[in-house]
Amino acid sequence: MHARRPVTAIRLVACIDCDLLQHLGEVAEGSTANCGRCGSVLRKRPRNSLEHTLALALSAAILFIVANSFPFLSFEMKGRVTQTNVMTGIIDLYNGGKWQIAALVLLTIELAPVAQLSLLLYVLAPLRIGRIPWKLPSAFRMLRHAQSWSMIEVFMIGILVAITKLMGMATIVPGLAIWAFGLLMLVLAGAMSSFDPESVWERVEVLR
Amino acid sequence: MSAAPATAISISCASCHDCGLLAQLPAASHEEARCPRCGAELHERKPRSLERTLALVIAAIVCYVPANLLPVMTVTSLGKAQSDTIFSGVVYMLEHGMWPLAIVLFTASIFVPIMKLGILSFLLISVHRRSSWQPVQRTRMYRLTEMIGRWSMVDIYVVTILVALVRLGNLATIEAGTGAVFFGAVVVITMLAAESFDPRIIWDRIDVRST
Repeated sequence: MHARRPVTAIRLVACIDCDLLQHLGEVAEGSTANCGRCGSVLRKRPRNSLEHTLALALSAAILFIVANSFPFLSFEMKGRVTQTNVMTGIIDLYNGGKWQIAALVLLTIELAPVAQLSLLLYVLAPLRIGRIPWKLPSAFRMLRHAQSWSMIEVFMIGILVAITKLMGMATIVPGLAIWAFGLLMLVLAGAMSSFDPESVWERVEVLR
Repeated sequence: MSAAPATAISISCASCHDCGLLAQLPAASHEEARCPRCGAELHERKPRSLERTLALVIAAIVCYVPANLLPVMTVTSLGKAQSDTIFSGVVYMLEHGMWPLAIVLFTASIFVPIMKLGILSFLLISVHRRSSWQPVQRTRMYRLTEMIGRWSMVDIYVVTILVALVRLGNLATIEAGTGAVFFGAVVVITMLAAESFDPRIIWDRIDVRST
């Protein structure tokens, strides 16, 4: 276990974008350290990272459930009404023979966000009460992938574009879920910007 | 800055790609190195970065052609069918005065994919030619491609929502077209291409020169 200390103790880091070695001093909460050569972020340390991220991830999980349980748009044309939520959209695409697009939407709007939120909670909730989550490194790796394929914020723009497109053609009534999606987009962005992997590892070192 | 900047690779160390820890690589290069903190495999550089990126960029360019030629969706209203490609969709909106929407879709569906493929090709060529031109700007360009790639998905989501909402039998239906499948492929492949590229190679070629 002590074999792990030397590298972190001298606080030498290499920039992930240009590989330059540099000494990283103490980064104050709420500030960012940038690479002296290419400007890439060496370390961003948000205030109370673990607590903030945990709170925001929990709210995001609740919003995600709401966003998926209710229709986000109703479409009314000549007295006929159709409604949609994300899953019905995916099923319609699948039934229409476009399973590739259905799979892509399923991955980016359902699976990846679910993985992202549950992994965040899985990592942060035990640390909050002083326990190291089981298989933490694997959870971290999966989280990194889930994060890059989770595209709730892009979907929100898609909803807005779809509304504007259909406005001239029929009556569009926004549903409850659309507000949940809007909030989810903001809360999730907040959770990811307050998340700091380095703070997690520091907490783990202390607990060991 | 000193003449020969000290990089992690020059002291046979590597940053862990998963947790960021700087770790010593084993002396024998064939030995598998693991991060002492999180156990991830350590690499000095992303393995086969340039070959992978090149292959993915070519695949994306190949998919880009049908993505733009084939319709992304077909609107059938009272027996009349009208197909739209990405480009004709943007033109339609401009003609009907919906220019904010036209700008959003033009940016997400036409500008962003072309810019991504352009930047990645440019980076590949500049690295291949061992260029020392503006490494900071090139690194910034790379970070930009990594960041904006996901926004091209807007059109895919719009098609998904329209297909789900407009299904009124004879009155009006919207179906997704094959163009959308290829367009989705372009977005996914360019995201993978950006992830395969290792911006540290831009700097390696310059560091070798200055020493």
